[in-house]
Amino acid sequence: MDKLKFRIFKSHLLHYSVVVLAALMAVPLVAILGKVAVEGFRNLTLEFLFQPAPTTYEAVMASAAGHAIPGGISNGLVGTLLMLLMSSAISIPVGILSGVFLAEHRSTVFAKVSSYMTDILQGTPSIILGVIVYAWIVIPMKGYSAIAGSIALCIMMLPLIVRSTEEAVKMLSSSYKEAALALGGSYFRTVWKVLLPSAFGQIFTGVLLAVSRIVGETAPLMFTALGCAIVQWDVTQPMSSVPLLIWQFFNNPTLQPLLWSASLVLLVFVLLLNVSSKIVTNKWKI
Amino acid sequence: MNTLNSYRLRLSEKMSDLTILSPDTRFKGLLWAAALVVPLICVAMLLSLISDSALAFDEFGFFRFVFSSQWSYSQGNENYGALPFIMGTLESTFLALAFCIPFSLTVALFVGEYYSGRKIATLFGTITDLLAGIPSIIYGLWGFYVLRPIVVALGLSDQGSCILTASLVLAVMIVPYAASLSAEFIKMVPAELKEAAYAMGATRAEVMRTVVFPAAGSGIFSAFILAIGRALGETMTVTMLIGNTNQLPTSLFSTGNTMASIIANQFGEADGLKLSSLFAIALILFAIKALINLIGKILIHRAQR
Amino acid sequence: MENINNTILEIRDLCVAYTADKLSVSHVSTDIPRNQITAIMGPSGCGKSTLLRAINRMHELYRGIQVSGELLIDGQDLLKINAMRVRREVGMVFQRPNPFPTMSIADNVLAGYSLNGIRLEKSMRQSIVEQSLKSVGLWNEVKDSLTKRGTFLSGGQQQRLCIARALALKPKLILMDEPTSALDPIATTTIENLLVELKNEVSIIIVTHNMGQAKRISQKSLFMYLGELVEGGSTEQMFSDPADRRTKSYLSGNIG
Repeated sequence: MDKLKFRIFKSHLLHYSVVVLAALMAVPLVAILGKVAVEGFRNLTLEFLFQPAPTTYEAVMASAAGHAIPGGISNGLVGTLLMLLMSSAISIPVGILSGVFLAEHRSTVFAKVSSYMTDILQGTPSIILGVIVYAWIVIPMKGYSAIAGSIALCIMMLPLIVRSTEEAVKMLSSSYKEAALALGGSYFRTVWKVLLPSAFGQIFTGVLLAVSRIVGETAPLMFTALGCAIVQWDVTQPMSSVPLLIWQFFNNPTLQPLLWSASLVLLVFVLLLNVSSKIVTNKWKI
Repeated sequence: MNTLNSYRLRLSEKMSDLTILSPDTRFKGLLWAAALVVPLICVAMLLSLISDSALAFDEFGFFRFVFSSQWSYSQGNENYGALPFIMGTLESTFLALAFCIPFSLTVALFVGEYYSGRKIATLFGTITDLLAGIPSIIYGLWGFYVLRPIVVALGLSDQGSCILTASLVLAVMIVPYAASLSAEFIKMVPAELKEAAYAMGATRAEVMRTVVFPAAGSGIFSAFILAIGRALGETMTVTMLIGNTNQLPTSLFSTGNTMASIIANQFGEADGLKLSSLFAIALILFAIKALINLIGKILIHRAQR
Repeated sequence: MENINNTILEIRDLCVAYTADKLSVSHVSTDIPRNQITAIMGPSGCGKSTLLRAINRMHELYRGIQVSGELLIDGQDLLKINAMRVRREVGMVFQRPNPFPTMSIADNVLAGYSLNGIRLEKSMRQSIVEQSLKSVGLWNEVKDSLTKRGTFLSGGQQQRLCIARALALKPKLILMDEPTSALDPIATTTIENLLVELKNEVSIIIVTHNMGQAKRISQKSLFMYLGELVEGGSTEQMFSDPADRRTKSYLSGNIG
């Protein structure tokens, strides 16, 4: 009888430790969000979003005079949005087409090889993408540029979109495709009017998650887009991004007061993308 | 009439045979070309990593480069070896894994077994997804400004920047990844197996030990392999927390550098032999990462079957 | 001459092989009568669906399936013309109702046109939708919700929508692959009554493993066994006096 009690005690012990340890996992999320929110909110003004980052000189002068450090992150915001647009413009269509191909030809050798390569590319550390694009684009173009940065982000985004499209199309019942073709539809129209719309919710979720993944990336941009002190619209020139600015503020003691507000903006952006991807998943069920 | 019709049909048939590039053929070609992009990038990446690191491997030889712990660049006497960074990477990764295992297992049990299907499990799923979504530079900041002072206060390290600190934050970063993947496999354990064990009078803990873990084990193992892959390539967090010194780490509390962080630190101002050596490190990291991913994927495929 | 007029499709020596060494449909020859319902019966795996899918060339969607023989509609061999044109003239209804999930009810009916890249004027669209839905008896049930998704309908309504989708293209022949096997008995009866009416507009081939269904609605029956066409003839005759021992055995419930 005592032995049974001990066994039941052990079972309860496991249950409680599961609950306690799992609850501990929520601690870092709360701690990180809390820290960024509290510290970041203090210096966050509307101007912060519309002014470029200050130079070290401006920052030193302001703090010597006892003022708050002027400036914001507009150069980073513009750069982030421009580079996101450029990389999405290439990686979304190519990724979706490739994903459709992989799902439609899943049993062929070429699709299997391509699928495995997608895994490799998805797993490649982002810093390596940065140095590769440095070798491919920055050296031939003789200079850092937003184009190089966008290509690095594009390479990062591509496998994520390929994978989510592939999974989405694979999950569709083959009877939709058969029904469309049985009506005499061309293959193109079957894909365009039946397969892609039916998989749209999942593909869109995948795109949102891919964007949220790359929007916070610093490593692939350090040696490609480099960063820029002013709001830059010329994509052949170096360009800043929000994570690059955070990295710059982190390394420059005089600019550190701007660090948390910039992080807060980035974090809100990323979490919004994440949450909207969840909403899309739930809303867009067929 | 009939013959005329069929003649017309046949004629138009012939015509469409002549247009070799029908819209559908072109569309299929486009799909094929799109599917070729990723393999091309992969192959080109491998080739350019190899060609850009050739200088370093020619100078030092592959094995000397991998096993040398020198990283010095005085004028005219350059000596580069990857060992400190390989060791730094392995040490920080496996330490992070050690921290990660208990937490991700319990979260996986929580979500996939004990509270499976309930609202609280969905909430935890959301928490893990959000944690996985936080950019690594923000993890780095949090580690630097929150965790590092704690490490200093505990007297573990003078500066607080050391392998331990980096590993702790890495662990926080990979727990959600390993946990959500493991939970999937725990959920896949068939209810009949568990019911059979309960029917013989086993307690819940005994069912976990004798049924759930053996059945989901290989899947959970592959989840950890993939989590290792995640930690291996992590750049910004580690760069901000590991102390960035180019020597073999002597203890968990000493500073160091990983393969990713040395590239982040020194690539910007490198040229010649040093640049090539950094490309060589990138190549080694790429190879290790591809290998780990391959193993992980194979294990996952087996586990899913 | 009369024979040609009463026959919509002549199947001549049709063979289908999934693998090189085994014929799944073996040398089938028969005539499908115009404006009648022809039922193909047989136990699972006898090749009845395979035969059906050969007629609108669905086998070409998958690799390595060999089809040979002749399928003559109005003297024209379906195996020798463009597959897309064949499928426009030969409609198909599947085992499970599969209205396109992202399209409205009206768009589902018109799917055949949009998938063929045919643009229609608005009045034309409306009349096709109304006519097709009326001919499957769905018009009164859905006329106020034409813009809703087709997937909100009940299973039986969805299947009727799928029939309307096939009818909208004015096919000469409709192939049905066990169209009621996923439906409840009431929906099944509705569809059976519908098919009996529809045969005045279009010729129908229906695959079924429900003998009662074949007896109730079809005028001609084919019995297949292990890939061969064992026996084909008028339904009445086959059920009262089957010529082949295997047909008799199947109809009395001893095989299948």
